[in-house]
Formats: sequence, structure tokens, C-alpha cells
Amino acid sequence: MEHNGVILTVQDLRKYFPVRGGLLHTVQAQVKAVDGVSFEVRRGEVLGIVGESGCGKSTTARLILRLLGPDAGAVRFDGRDVLQAAPVELKAFRRQVQMVFQDPYSSLNPRMNIEDAVAFNVLVHGASRRAARARAWDVLNKVGLRAEQFGRRYPHELSGGQRQRVNIARALVLDPKVIILDEPVSSLDKSVQAQVLNLLQNLKHDLGLTYLFISHDLHVIEYLSDRVLVMYLGQIVEMGSAEAVSATPLHPYTQALFASAPSMNPDERLERPPLMGDPPNPINPPSGCRFRTRCPHAMEQCAATSPALLQVGSHERYVACYLYSDQTAPGSAMHDLQTDELI
Amino acid sequence: MLHDRSDVTALAQTADERLEGPVGKPLSYWQLVWWRLQRDKVTLAAAAVLLGIVLSAVLAPYLAPHAPFQGSIRKRLAQLGTPSHVLGTDEQGRDMLSRLLYGGRMSLVAGVTPVLIAFLAGSTLGIIAGFVGGPLNLLIMRVVDIFFAFPSILLAIAISGALGAGLKNTIIALSIVFIPPIARVAESVTTQVRGWEFMEAARASGAGTLAIIRHHMIANVLAPISVYASTLISVSVIIASGLSFLGLGVSPPNAEWGLMLNTLRGSIYVNPLVAALPGVMIFMTSMSFNLLSDGLRDAMDVRL
Repeated sequence: MEHNGVILTVQDLRKYFPVRGGLLHTVQAQVKAVDGVSFEVRRGEVLGIVGESGCGKSTTARLILRLLGPDAGAVRFDGRDVLQAAPVELKAFRRQVQMVFQDPYSSLNPRMNIEDAVAFNVLVHGASRRAARARAWDVLNKVGLRAEQFGRRYPHELSGGQRQRVNIARALVLDPKVIILDEPVSSLDKSVQAQVLNLLQNLKHDLGLTYLFISHDLHVIEYLSDRVLVMYLGQIVEMGSAEAVSATPLHPYTQALFASAPSMNPDERLERPPLMGDPPNPINPPSGCRFRTRCPHAMEQCAATSPALLQVGSHERYVACYLYSDQTAPGSAMHDLQTDELI
Repeated sequence: MLHDRSDVTALAQTADERLEGPVGKPLSYWQLVWWRLQRDKVTLAAAAVLLGIVLSAVLAPYLAPHAPFQGSIRKRLAQLGTPSHVLGTDEQGRDMLSRLLYGGRMSLVAGVTPVLIAFLAGSTLGIIAGFVGGPLNLLIMRVVDIFFAFPSILLAIAISGALGAGLKNTIIALSIVFIPPIARVAESVTTQVRGWEFMEAARASGAGTLAIIRHHMIANVLAPISVYASTLISVSVIIASGLSFLGLGVSPPNAEWGLMLNTLRGSIYVNPLVAALPGVMIFMTSMSFNLLSDGLRDAMDVRL
């Protein structure tokens, strides 16, 4: 076990997808989907990962579960290296770290009724058929689907919210320690989202779970997370407690992200989007800081080298931006940000 | 700490003990399919007709009132309803009913066997191509594409022309004709199913490749392939008869519906009803196979 209740450690994780093309199907370029991501998940917390589509959030989740093989880096669960694990160990690891998938439609086998779908995970780990079904019924009831009523139904007979409950049940059935939630509510209506989020919060409380919660919806992240991690083009740009990051976002990207979330107050709504254009092509990211092409504070230095993720202030606040590092040249954009008010 | 799997087993065991009474037996997939089929009248009718045709072909030696090759010059081209020749006689005075019964054997064998062979070979190739992917997929699918360059009837004629006439060669030719389309369907279905999130979810639960293939892959892949293959049976019956009609399939004096249609061609103005009988049999068989496969597809698709 590692110090002060860290349950999952991700260290310098990298995944480059080759882009093949041409007559001979050769590797022509690489998409740097995840490029040097490091963070820790503490026992019992909800760590939110935010970012635009394509910033590497889901890839990170799949790398942690070893559904994809990383090109470099390490993932440690309870101090053990998952990436070097033998098949038997990997199976035990996957039992403890489960995932809820984004699409409630394609994540359930259309030819399997939901009780079999949930029981399958238990069967895989060596329980008897009867015991597996009983355990599935237990968990289905726990997520609010009465097993007597729903157990034999097929996915197409359920609504999106009900399917997502089945997905959660399938993750819970193995009694895991950590659940990775990959945009679990983004394809549901707002009212159903709230139900599912409340269910997730209750389950976490009752079962002492740890969540790695991936979303592009800032409201959802703020509502559920203890700590937030902001990703941009495969890298972490900011990390800190949920309150601190939402109250005083430091990185220009995080600031733009929070400014772009529609406010509940109609008078505060923006006329123009805070960020123009699309993120750059990850096959050919900008030199230095990857955000500099869209950053209002970009400096010469930003094009030269990429800023490291460094601690800012006293609390556990990390940001990868030259605006907050000592290396910044005097007289830069520093003064118009009023750093002392931010922390 | 990494727990061992006995934890889950124990957990499931306690859950089992806490439940009152036995956990009810759920309706399995095939029970559901059967239940749906029973409510589909058209499919049941097609199945009944098909069963009648198959049984009469199998039992031909017991049902036929006359020997199928025994002709009589005096009784040539008797009309329908002639005493002792209910369905008339053909141009050599052979009993039509007997020849239709015996002809069904040849036509059914020539129609169904190639599709079975092609189903086995084609779905194996397609599933391997889809599951393994990469260069192997490229190799298999490009070879399949070459066969697609020829229309199926033309390809069948070319192959049986090269191999020579006879039932065996017809079956070989038709099998070769039907492997490519089945392989292509199998490949696309496999690739599609492989990309679904539930396959990834199964992997994330710690299941091994074999368990995933058995529980999540097979039903999702084989159902659409077998439905597609069953629609090919009607085509196969028609092409097999067509080959015989052209003289490339079963050779005289054997009875086969396509061949009979050809030999009775000359009598169509003299005795049109009798001359049409083999065609009616081909039509009924082909139609029944088609309706049955449609009904099976509907019954097997749990999403409908």
C-alpha cells in the first residue's frame, strides 16, 4: 500500500495511435492521444476528468484498465504495477477496477437479458450459475431495477436511464474498489441524468467506492467531484480541488472552459464564445504549449518549450502554464491576471 | 490488496442463500424464438409446405405409384386427372407424380447442400477475417471480391461447365458460388460486433477470449449469417434447376425438376398444365424457403 490512501497511481502514461495510409499501408503519422499523463486517485474520492471531445479522457480510462496497451508509463493499483501484471493478476485487478461505459445502447449485448448480462461478470470469476444470478438480482435491486420485474428483459425493452443502471449494476456486481465512469450520463436527458448521478452518489456512500469520473459537462463534474483534472490534447493542464478550480480557474484553457459553460443566470450569459476555433490536429500538435494557438496570453516562450505541470500556491493546485511559473520573463501577461486573488 | 476470486464466489453464495425460494427459470433465447414462431401464421404455413415437400421427397419410393423411369409410348402426354396417372405423363409416357416425387430428392439435395457447405466454409472464413483483421482480412476479403466480379449464375455455369455434368459437380459449383457472399456478410457482422462496447465491457470484467466469443460473439454473429444463408437456399434451388435445365446438372433419365422442365418444354402447347408442374414445384419450394427464412429472421431478432 502506498502513502496516505492513494489507491491508483498513473505515471507518465502515453498512447500514440499510428495513422496508416498510402499504398503500402505504412505508418505516416502518430496521433498523440495521451501524452505524458500522471495523477493519483485517493481512496474514497471522486476525481473528475474534464476536457473537450478527443482530448484523451476515454483513452486514459481504457489505458488504466489495460483495454488498450500503453506505449509508455505505469499504472499502479494498491502499489502493484498493472501493466506488468500476469494474466491471473490482471483478472483480479479488473475485478477491483470496473468501468461504466458511455453508450447505454452498444454497451449491452442485445441478445442477452439483463440478469444474464450482469451475472456474466460473476460467472467469469468462478461462481456457480445459480449464485451468479442471485448476486445479479441483489445488485439490480440495489441500482433501483426490481429484478423480478426487469431481470428477464432484453436491453431494447429498457429506456436509456434503465440501461445505464444495468451498466452500473454490471460494474458493481464484482464488488470493485474503483469505478471508472466514462461519460455515464452524457447520453441521457437532464432529469434522468440527475437520477443516475444521485444513484451514483448514494452507491459511493453506501459501498465506500472511489470514482474516476470522466465528463465534458462541467456542471456534472462540479456536482460530483472532490478533485478535478483538466485535459487538453492528451495532456493535463490543471489539477486541483473541485471548488478551487471552478471558483478560480488558473490555466487560460480552464478559464475558457468555465466561461463557456452556460450560466444559470441569464444576465451573465456571454454574447461570444470565449474560445474560437477547434483544437489543433493531434497528429501535428503545436510546438511547446499545445494551447498556445488558442490562448489569449500566449508568449514567445510558449512556442519554444512545453510548460511542466507545477504546483501553484499552498494548496494542491497544479497548473501547466508559464503565467504561473518563475521562468516567466518580467513584464509579461502576468499582471493582468492578478494571481494573488486567484489562489 | 488484490483479492482472489473466491471473494466473489462467496459474495454470490450469500446472496443466493438470502433469497427466498428458488430463482425462477428465465425464458431462454431459443424458447423465446420458438414462442414467437408459433404466433407467425405465414411462417408456419411455409414451414408446413416445406415439410410436406421434404417428406414426400424422402419417402418417394413408398409414395410413388409408378417407377420413375418406366415409360410407355402409348400413354405419352396424358392429361391431368387421367386414371392411374393423376398428374398425367411426360413426353415419354412416364408417370409425372412419381417423377416429381423422385425429382424433389435431386432438387432439394442440389439446392440445400451447397448452402450448408458454403455456410460452414464462408462463415468460418468471414469470422476469422473479421476477428483477426489486419493482413489476413485483406487477403481473404480481396480473394472473395474476385468471385464477386462474376454474376452468380454465370459463375455456376462456368464451374459446372468445366467440371462436367452431374449432381456432385453441381453441388461443388454452387458451393463455390455461395461462399463469397456468406463470407462477406460474416466478415462485416463480425467486425461490427467486435466494435460494440459490450465486447469491451466483457473484456474489462476479466473474461477470457474464449468466454467472450462463446457468450457474446456467437449468437450475435451466427444469427444474421444463418438468416442470410437461408435466403440463399431459394436461389440455390433455382440455380441448381437452371443448371439441369441447361444440361449441366443432373443428366437424363434421372428425374430432376429443372431437367423435367426442359424435356417438357416441347409439349407446352400440347399439355401446358403438365409441362408447368416442375416449375410449380420449384416455385413453391423456393417461395417456402424464402418465407421461412424471413419469419426466422423476425423471430430471432430480439430487438424487434
